[in-house]
Amino acid sequence: MNGQNYNARRRSTFLAITKPAVLPAVGIILAGCGRAHSALSPVSPEAADIARIWWIFFVVCAAVYIVVALLVVGARWCRGNSNSTAGIPPPLKVEASQELRTERIVLWATVVTALILVSLLGADLWVQRGISPRNDDPLAIRLTGHQWWWSAEYQDPNPSRVFETANEIHIPAGRSIRLILESNDVIHSFWIPQIHGKKDLIPGHPAEISFRVDKPGKYDGFCAEFCGYQHAHMGLIVVAEEPAKFEQWAQAQRTEAPPSLTDSQKRGREIFEHASCSLCHTANGTMARSRVGPILTHVASRSMIGAGVLPNTRENLAAWLVDPQIAKPGAMMPPNELSKADLNALLDFMETLK
Amino acid sequence: MTTHENSAKARLVDAPTPEQREEHRKKLMRTWSRAPGLLGWLCTTNHKEIALRYIVTAFVFFLLAGILALLMRLQLSRPDLHVLGPDLYNQVFTTHGTAMMFLFAVPIMEGLALYFVPLMIGSRNVAFPRLNAAGYYIFLSGGLILFAGLILNVGPDAGWFAYPPLSGPEYGVGKRVDVWSQMITATEISALIASVEIVVTVFKQRAPGMSVDRIPIFVWSMLITAFMTIFAMPAVMLVTTMLALDRMPHVATHFFNPAEGGDVLLYQHLFWFFGHPEVYIIFIPGTGLISALLPAFCRRPVVGHTAVVLAQVATAFIGFGLWVHHMFATPIPELGRSFFTAASMIIAVPTGVQVFCWLATIWTGRPQWRPPLLFVMGFFIIFVLGGLTGVMLASVPIDLQVHDTFFVVAHFHYVLIGSAVFPLFGALHYWFPKWTGRLMNETIGRWTFWLFFIGFNLTFFPMHILGLEGMPRRVYTYAERTGWGSLNLVASLGALFMAAGALAFIYNVMRSRRCGEKAGDDPWFADTLEWWTSSPPAPYAFLYPPVVGSLSPLWTDQNSQPVVVGLDAKKREILTTTILEALPDHKHEMPSDSIWPLLLGLVVGGTMSSIIFHPLPFVIGVGLVLLVLFGWFWRGGEPQVLERRSPEIEAEAA
Repeated sequence: MNGQNYNARRRSTFLAITKPAVLPAVGIILAGCGRAHSALSPVSPEAADIARIWWIFFVVCAAVYIVVALLVVGARWCRGNSNSTAGIPPPLKVEASQELRTERIVLWATVVTALILVSLLGADLWVQRGISPRNDDPLAIRLTGHQWWWSAEYQDPNPSRVFETANEIHIPAGRSIRLILESNDVIHSFWIPQIHGKKDLIPGHPAEISFRVDKPGKYDGFCAEFCGYQHAHMGLIVVAEEPAKFEQWAQAQRTEAPPSLTDSQKRGREIFEHASCSLCHTANGTMARSRVGPILTHVASRSMIGAGVLPNTRENLAAWLVDPQIAKPGAMMPPNELSKADLNALLDFMETLK
Repeated sequence: MTTHENSAKARLVDAPTPEQREEHRKKLMRTWSRAPGLLGWLCTTNHKEIALRYIVTAFVFFLLAGILALLMRLQLSRPDLHVLGPDLYNQVFTTHGTAMMFLFAVPIMEGLALYFVPLMIGSRNVAFPRLNAAGYYIFLSGGLILFAGLILNVGPDAGWFAYPPLSGPEYGVGKRVDVWSQMITATEISALIASVEIVVTVFKQRAPGMSVDRIPIFVWSMLITAFMTIFAMPAVMLVTTMLALDRMPHVATHFFNPAEGGDVLLYQHLFWFFGHPEVYIIFIPGTGLISALLPAFCRRPVVGHTAVVLAQVATAFIGFGLWVHHMFATPIPELGRSFFTAASMIIAVPTGVQVFCWLATIWTGRPQWRPPLLFVMGFFIIFVLGGLTGVMLASVPIDLQVHDTFFVVAHFHYVLIGSAVFPLFGALHYWFPKWTGRLMNETIGRWTFWLFFIGFNLTFFPMHILGLEGMPRRVYTYAERTGWGSLNLVASLGALFMAAGALAFIYNVMRSRRCGEKAGDDPWFADTLEWWTSSPPAPYAFLYPPVVGSLSPLWTDQNSQPVVVGLDAKKREILTTTILEALPDHKHEMPSDSIWPLLLGLVVGGTMSSIIFHPLPFVIGVGLVLLVLFGWFWRGGEPQVLERRSPEIEAEAA
């Protein structure tokens, strides 16, 4: 099954049920959707299943709500003549037979409610069973949460083919992916709305989540469990690519930092290795081998800096290197005092880390 | 001696003459009034005074927490703002949630219960009046600890749920989380105290004749809530104390430290075992308020009285079986999740029963569209939406998408503000004349309603869409490119409307208590016994406690209301009755006013706040508490009489 197929199916079932009843409400909600992080624009079978059950629940609940709201507003309209403060009438005499009739209506309404709930429960369990873990030779990635960034280690039976990256993971479209989720400090939660629901990263409780993305593209994700000062800036980007393109990327990630050619790059490498950078970061092929911060071997190939804080441009990187606390107050990386020349050299070097 | 023999001893006597009544009134006034002046004010054990303090204090915390909400909305109104910054924002949202739950929603309902439960069941005070006073002072100290923390920049910043490891010793450095856990313990002690009082009061102090089938629904709801509190609150006190022990460097247990064999998921289970029933501890009193307002304003009893009560009981039971739906994203086996999904959906059935019964009451009644009924209408429109999004959240796949997003923020504000705050505002308009003898202004009341109602929907409806679009909760800011800016701006503007509604309400209260329309004792011609007292009620509440013959005592028996005359007016004597049939059981003397409850509150509050810094004050505190309790129970000041003798019952109208 390819991406086009189930998307089309989803749309047609959804339209078939919803069109007559709740178009205005749906319109409001759809107006804002379709961005790169909406749970209702699925790009994986998992998210598509969830979106489908969402729309079923939405239509049923909207219908129930409209009935109740009409009963409430209708009461104001139909039984609303004694609006004035003229005086409060004496209590009504309640007729036993009338009361029995009323209670019978309540009883039937309750029965209908219970039936609706049971059907929703059935639909829910059915969809839940459909979203099962994938065993069809998935690509395994160990995703670890840190305050406030992500590291990803691509697994391979051949240890020399294992490689690591941070904050931006590429995956082959159309192939099953299995994420092994771990946390290095506090609880985080993995969430790419267009791909799947959440899975918590809990220290001491390894978890897994699997999915398949069929549509190539770039999908935004977030940490969804409150994890401290910079919970707001703990973005994760998933780039789904054609398998050939993905292989190319993966091969590139396995390489070491290229040799520095220009003087400025050489100076930059020296700063990188001997100033504070190497205290926390790794760049394969250099002397920087610390595991505290994100791996930087191919940092120039990523689109964002600081787990989704700034687009990866030379100016932004310069600002980040000088004082990360401006864009991401509370981040673990301290400000760095660098002369203009040193900063430029460092940037020149980092631009080679493609 | 069986209760049946007791009841046989109740006998009819002649109605007291006007002179006798006046004499009786004077004696009662002397016996039940507190001493004048500040000391008397601090020593009082009158449930009405204590309860009003609960209500006013909780309302002040509501306003403070509301101001924090406005700050949050200011920070989120535009993308990439830095008005608060992450550190302050985290303190503000944690304090907002904590205060709204523990310092406003629960205690204000307790306050209403402590005020009206004794009046509605025709008694003169709550059981254990001194304990009641102590409970208030402990609650107050908890609230002061929290807000003092925020002002001193040690406001808790790990969320109102304070999940370890973030709240643990390694990542939650400083004293912020300790402030939170101590405040929780203090307010939960007071919640437990109030619950025990409500249970005993309802069980033993009902007016003769108020058998279980004649208990007003409001009283039922508070009784059920009290039982839920008694079972739920120990879990949170346990878990916050375990967290505090983990954090305390001198103790350093490792309950929640995975590196030492501890388990962070254990914390979540214990917390939500309390946390989910907590929602119903707030919701069920709201349903009680609705059931108190509807008869008065629809001029008929609630349809399906028994069904409503049983629905509340069912809600309370099922409410303990769905805590895991807060943890669907954690690694939990699928079968377990399905069970909690089913429970989370089934709980909609008893809620549905109540909603249908109330709607039927309106449709078969003669609705008076005064402001309290408007708030009930607001309840329907808002709460039902929140209930339906709750059904959506019960589904594991849907929950996994919207869990911890603004969708959930929208959901629980619809549920809690819909089911608790709207009925509460309605009830405050309704009972205001009972407290002050004056009616609230209806025009301002309508303005309050519409400002609050429109503002609420503007603020919270867009959050559903934000959540579906991927906006996580508890973020202090978001990037421009997310496209969440416009809906957040709408939400922030809506918050201003809500604030205007709250201001209109405060203005109305200030204005009406001085120059509102005179109300008389029973301005609404309502059905329950609190309207049989004067407005405001005398310290002894009832000149002669009533004898109850029906579910709506003030709508029947009006011409020949039997009363109890055998109570000694020279002592603070009340009549206790049997649990099921409410037959006269024995006379019981209530304790006098006392300074010991205040001292206990001070000692407990002082100990709680100093344990934050060092464990030693605990030892000192225990000693001081023992000393205070010695004084409290010293024989001299205690009631001596516990008579097992039934009083006379009079047949004529009072």
